[in-house]
Amino acid sequence: MRAAAAHRTQTASTIYLICAVAWFVPGAGHIWLGRRQKGIVFLLALTLMFIFGLWLEGRLFPFQIAEPLVALAAIADLGIGCPYFVARALGVGAGNVVKITYEYGNTFIIAAGLLNMLVVLDVFDIAKGRK
Amino acid sequence: MTSHLGLMLIFSFFVSTVFAVLTRDEPRDQLVFGARLFGGFVGAGILIGWLLYPLPL
Repeated sequence: MRAAAAHRTQTASTIYLICAVAWFVPGAGHIWLGRRQKGIVFLLALTLMFIFGLWLEGRLFPFQIAEPLVALAAIADLGIGCPYFVARALGVGAGNVVKITYEYGNTFIIAAGLLNMLVVLDVFDIAKGRK
Repeated sequence: MTSHLGLMLIFSFFVSTVFAVLTRDEPRDQLVFGARLFGGFVGAGILIGWLLYPLPL
């Protein structure tokens, strides 16, 4: 099934839809394309990493164009997709700058978002039939 | 669990897991590559930590 899915190329609109789903729910793109084991690992690892970052009192950075590094961190945070919006809706991710784990929390959250972006690129390649 | 070493171990575990699963297809290859990545991350972290120990001079 996996081999069949890997060789099946998708139409352009379907590819972008799969990438959007892969971004919104980490691992969902791989599951869609029949790579269930990879998808489940991404779903668990990236979501746990993001939650861990919040638990360490890291911050979900705001989009401040005046401060480019903060804006870049905000884009990286957004890379995780759905968990970002859930965290925002729940009011977590304010960050506690005096906590010793603050920078670690930021690192976990940012890395989770950036890794999910890599996962989306992998989904794009698979959907294109390159892998 | 929130010590510097503990957090580095947890971070290394997550990142090496994602990279291993992303770049390898077979479970055995993923396990071997993930273990090597994890070892590399932790070893490099400890080594660089010791190299930075005398700083600032």
